[in-house]
Amino acid sequence: MRFVDEFRDAELGRAVAGEILAAVDPRRHYKLMEVCGGHTHAIYKYGIDDLLPDDVELVHGPGCPVCVIPMGRVDDGIAIAHEPGVIFTCFGDMLRVPGSNGTLLDAKAQGADVRMVYSPLDALRIAREQPHREVVFFAIGFETTAPSTALTLKRAQAEGIGNFSVVCNHVTIVPPLRALLESPDLRLDGFIGPGHVSTVVGARPFEFIPRQYGRPVVISGFEPLDVLQSVLMLLRQLGEGRCEVENQYARVVPFDGNVRALEIMGEVFALRPHFEWRGLGFISQSGLRLSDAYAAFDAELRFATPGVRVADPKACQCGEVLKGVIKPWECKVFGTACTPERPIGTCMVSSEGACAAYYNFGRFARSKEAV
Amino acid sequence: MTSRAGSRTAGTGPVTAAGGSELAQAGGRSRDDRESRILSIIETARAKRAKFRDERITMAHGAGGKATQSLIEGLLVPALAADGGALATLADAGAVAEDLALTTDAYVVRPLRFPGGSIGELAVNGTVNDLAVAGARPLALSLSLILEEGLPADELRAEVEAIARAAAAAGVEVVTGDTKVVERGHADGMYVTTAGVGRRDPRARLSPQSLRPGDRVLVSGSIGEHGTAIMLARGEFELDADVASDTRSLWPAVDALLDAAGPALRCLRDATRGGVASVLNELARASGVAVTVREGDVPVRPVVAGAAEILGIDPMYVANEGVLVAFVAPEAADAALAALQATAGGEQAAAIGEVRSEPPGMVLVETAFGGRRIMDQLVGDPLPRIC
Repeated sequence: MRFVDEFRDAELGRAVAGEILAAVDPRRHYKLMEVCGGHTHAIYKYGIDDLLPDDVELVHGPGCPVCVIPMGRVDDGIAIAHEPGVIFTCFGDMLRVPGSNGTLLDAKAQGADVRMVYSPLDALRIAREQPHREVVFFAIGFETTAPSTALTLKRAQAEGIGNFSVVCNHVTIVPPLRALLESPDLRLDGFIGPGHVSTVVGARPFEFIPRQYGRPVVISGFEPLDVLQSVLMLLRQLGEGRCEVENQYARVVPFDGNVRALEIMGEVFALRPHFEWRGLGFISQSGLRLSDAYAAFDAELRFATPGVRVADPKACQCGEVLKGVIKPWECKVFGTACTPERPIGTCMVSSEGACAAYYNFGRFARSKEAV
Repeated sequence: MTSRAGSRTAGTGPVTAAGGSELAQAGGRSRDDRESRILSIIETARAKRAKFRDERITMAHGAGGKATQSLIEGLLVPALAADGGALATLADAGAVAEDLALTTDAYVVRPLRFPGGSIGELAVNGTVNDLAVAGARPLALSLSLILEEGLPADELRAEVEAIARAAAAAGVEVVTGDTKVVERGHADGMYVTTAGVGRRDPRARLSPQSLRPGDRVLVSGSIGEHGTAIMLARGEFELDADVASDTRSLWPAVDALLDAAGPALRCLRDATRGGVASVLNELARASGVAVTVREGDVPVRPVVAGAAEILGIDPMYVANEGVLVAFVAPEAADAALAALQATAGGEQAAAIGEVRSEPPGMVLVETAFGGRRIMDQLVGDPLPRIC
């Protein structure tokens, strides 16, 4: 993994940290949002927070795909998982997301056949191998994972695999960002743009952020040096009074994205008129369903689901955390009623979730120094 | 640039987009205090003995993390060792009589055979290692087999032969046993339970409560190989890599450590389920100390690091079957490390960190990139991240 090591060089990291310090206006406090959960994870995993000056604050955004799934959708998934003959598949960190009555892991303990997969293709393979079972894939994620679901569905259709279906919870990144920017209680100076999503959609869709909302965007990779360099690029834009979309992750992200992936997505998916986001409420045109051409694979049409909207628990402030209005530790139930062992809100479930990441990795940085 | 100490004001005041810094500073102090207060409440809650409140057993209860801990501390120990006793110390092996130690372990693994070993070898080495890290020379094993109806006799024969080979290599004798057969669909081929008796070595003064600030943390080899080999052998990831289980008897390593460090050896643990991270957390709690780990010094073979990276898992949490973690007083640390490196399979042994006093019960990592973070106990199985 030589390719990766080059982006984890501690000496280079200190050098960039020094440049960041030099780029900071001492009279200012900077709030920068990293949109993507992958960045949140990297920031904690490598202790990047530790290398930044006090007045550069990173705010964790809504880009953790697990964290934004509302309880009602989890309940629907659990109901399908309990159907006789169903093998219910999903990504690992979805298993512990609480619905209104337990998690998929609990459903498994009660007898449902719930299996963790790494890719929708694994779910399709199970369907191929077990033609007498109904295999359902609970699809989540932004434009990052949507193409792999789309490809899997194309393959399922080509092979005529009738016992495979998908609960589509795919979402798109731009509508929630717009919703955040419209939010009156939000105060952000700039955005670290989502690298993986951008490999698919490109940099162009983010141009509305500088144009309409006057905030700079730097699309960033996921190695610690990438994140540090992106912070530096944002600070330089702010210092020089520039405001544009820059691409720090040019080694992977083409400006126009992956045209082929976008085509396949356009073929397999269609926009839902609105979709509920955990903590953010309903956002117009933010969710994807299967297109009419693929309706035969739509698990929501194949199985009866409760389809009930479940309000987020009252004490849970995931929405405000996702909007960057409060820090994880400022939530009323953080670390007491809501812990990684017994999460109330989704932000506490995935290691990409702002609360879980802070609970697992970040507490120390703000508690006591090692002696 | 040096890294900063705990008092931070970043991420506090209500700041306007244009940068209302006076507001930020005014709000900073009190918010920071509130944050430390909240964090200390959390720490107090975490230091309490875990309660068991779950309605059903889930796979998380078997994964060696917090859920397992709550099952053991909240249900098993209160019922079986309410007034203290050997079980309450939660050691790898319990003391019986003057100089004997007893341990038991059940082995369930899918697939039964994997690169580098099989369930039979695990069943011997795992139990031998629980005795070894308790400072007891392994003497004898019992062997219980639970066989699934339909298991090919050749597979059983191969496993029994593997057990015999591993026992001979570890210098223990199988002295008693039991066999049960259950209906098809009930035992993944076979389950194996072994118990082991060992003689406590007079050189050993080991206790999980004995860690002191300044002690060095050693690992006896490169980590994460067994768990990675099993994950890949399951064939769920369509990922091929040259990784084999590290299953082996750790008694030679323990013997060498006892010779080199004797009473300066504070505590030993084999880093099985839950990996090195779980061992460090368990002992930091038991001794009421902090443990710091230098991530860059932890020996991880590139192929294991690569697989873990792809799967979104930290090798520190991946199971080993032939790696121990040793806590050694500083004056004996160099001799202990040299002794480990001289044993077969110990060539990669390394000093990876040390014991500090603050913050008690916590494990901190100095990342290779220069930052720091907490390395917490896992809740259940390490669940891979999605992107």
